[in-house]
Amino acid sequence: MKLYPRQRHRVLQVVTKLVIPFVLMFGLYVQFHGDYGPGGGFQAGVIFASAFILHGLIFGLQQTRRVLSPGVLRVMMSLGVLLYAGTGAVTMLMGGNLLDYDVLAHDPLHGQHWGIFAVELGVGITVTGVMISLFYGFASKR
Amino acid sequence: METLVAIVLLTFLAIVAVGIIVLRDLLGAVILLGLYSLIAAGAFVVMDAVDVAFTEAAVGSGISTILFLGALSFTKHEQKPRGNDSVMALIFVIVTGGLLIYGTLDMPHYGRADSPAQSHPDLAVRFIEVSGSEVGPPNIVTSVLASYRGYDTLGETLVVFAAGIAVLSLLGLKRRRPEEESPEDAPGDTPGVKPDDVQSQY
Repeated sequence: MKLYPRQRHRVLQVVTKLVIPFVLMFGLYVQFHGDYGPGGGFQAGVIFASAFILHGLIFGLQQTRRVLSPGVLRVMMSLGVLLYAGTGAVTMLMGGNLLDYDVLAHDPLHGQHWGIFAVELGVGITVTGVMISLFYGFASKR
Repeated sequence: METLVAIVLLTFLAIVAVGIIVLRDLLGAVILLGLYSLIAAGAFVVMDAVDVAFTEAAVGSGISTILFLGALSFTKHEQKPRGNDSVMALIFVIVTGGLLIYGTLDMPHYGRADSPAQSHPDLAVRFIEVSGSEVGPPNIVTSVLASYRGYDTLGETLVVFAAGIAVLSLLGLKRRRPEEESPEDAPGDTPGVKPDDVQSQY
């Protein structure tokens, strides 16, 4: 993929810098507001990743790698799955079925809340990591 | 009115799909794919499936367009002219398509309240009636995805993870040195060999 070298496309660079914080914020909103509105971990992960991909397209992959190194991405990919599966393991250890969040707190509704929060966070982290590393994989070849 | 909007969107969908097939220019086809996903997202909104529409818009028209463009950089931007398509292929496609359409005849009509998914006491009825007191979140889709069907979603996350691992093991995620990465890099440069090393060899 052709990536723009530095010192070119000033307008795009300035606009990108302005837009990226809002994209990240929207990603977080979708992640943590998924209980109340449309959204959830998967969509949030994709939106969060798109901010970094935008950065990579405009400023070049080398710059983005400084912000988020491939090593961190590898950890993120597995961390999300571990968080999800770990939630399941914890519910089993606490005497419930796999991913039965009722046992996580005294009040089953609170348990459900915590369980869904952890699980959605896991999905979000994994999807973010996978999407950005797919982009790195494709973009680093020329 | 809603039906009209749905018909218009689905017609656009069909037109774009034909465009993707006919187009030889792969770059154009990728852009059309993004448009296809965007129209599909609109159709999902009309069907009140906001979560699905959200995913389709973010993944279908956003990320996958970028990834397709990345994949295009591995290949040429023009599709190779095809040879003579065989008659057998045409017959096969027509029969398969006919069978698929025949299969839809058994399905309940769009929006029917008494379709099995809507009227089964353990599915939609239960989710709508008791998910608020059983699981909590006002968004029932979240309750179903993360709690009732948490096991499925775990599987989906694993699929995403596996896809990431598979692509990375094919393409690699090497931590290259900055100087290797810059596009201005002259071909034939031996990476990792400093000028000092070369001198010391002589």
